[in-house]
Amino acid sequence: MPSTTSPIAGVRDALVPVLSATPFGLLFGTLAYDKGMTLFEAVLMSATIFGGASQMVGIELFKGGVAAWLIVFSIFAVNFRHILYSASVGRHFSEFSFLQKALSFFLLVDPLYAASELRVERKMPLTFAWYAAYGLFMYVVWVAGTVVGYEFGRLISNPEALGIDFLLPIYFLGLLLGFRKRQNWLPVVLASGVGSIIAYLTVGSPWHVGLGSMAGILVAVLMPLDHEVPMDPVPQSDGPEDMG
Amino acid sequence: MTDGLMTIPANVWIILAGALVTYATRFGGHLVISRMKRIPPKVNVALNAVPAAVITTLVAPGFVQNGLAEILTLLAAIVLGFRLPMMVMFLIGWGLVVALRAAGL
Repeated sequence: MPSTTSPIAGVRDALVPVLSATPFGLLFGTLAYDKGMTLFEAVLMSATIFGGASQMVGIELFKGGVAAWLIVFSIFAVNFRHILYSASVGRHFSEFSFLQKALSFFLLVDPLYAASELRVERKMPLTFAWYAAYGLFMYVVWVAGTVVGYEFGRLISNPEALGIDFLLPIYFLGLLLGFRKRQNWLPVVLASGVGSIIAYLTVGSPWHVGLGSMAGILVAVLMPLDHEVPMDPVPQSDGPEDMG
Repeated sequence: MTDGLMTIPANVWIILAGALVTYATRFGGHLVISRMKRIPPKVNVALNAVPAAVITTLVAPGFVQNGLAEILTLLAAIVLGFRLPMMVMFLIGWGLVVALRAAGL
């Protein structure tokens, strides 16, 4: 029986998100070139920030002569959702050493967060081996994609005709449906959906991410407490059993 | 003197600062939560709602920021996603948005 907790399983589970994220790595490289960034700066950005949306926002602001603090703040705002990821998934890192945690939080991108929560949802152990393999695979391909995109991205004359710009929404939609058995799923999705669209149309991107999320979470908190055992228990009652 | 630092382009400093605040968001949420001895039930409910709440906001604007091809693709993907494995839904959705755009929607 193939292991579901090994590095190999982590790489295998990351294949779809890697396939999905690679066009964005390429696109980021291409955009970085177009905005006059050096290859070093583009790679440094992918290697140290490792967050697609915030990098796109970052290079967009670089060329406009926007104040440095405002660029940094925008990157922070786009990545603010990671505070929620960190608080949520960190409950399942209780068996990790400090250095393992330090690396794990660095690698905490959207697909890895969602895949980790899905493992917990399915009562599968969240091992460091699986987590690190998944995250490092995405990281290496992301950085490599930046280089390839920078050098060759100009050859993609029409990414929209290939649907490349729309892969991430489809991918995130699939992830979202994977959580549909979770408590309060539908009210949360409706509140977040309506909230984020209103915010998107009024205050604009990227604020719709934080504001829409808050609407969904608020609805979950206002729902009557389920007296059943929570589907996602508190740290002392779970955690990875198998570090193999 | 700061001659060594001065020769580093401003862009590099901005990128490194961006990396620092990003890492702070990825580690920070956990630091706040792990200081609590026991997570109150309402906080746990809130945290359980985080994935659906956040991922929804990454999808929902797709209904208003794009044209008919993208909206139809998302609607089809929702229906398919309830019935098919994610990878299958993803590939059909990809093909659909390409086809609908090619059709001029």
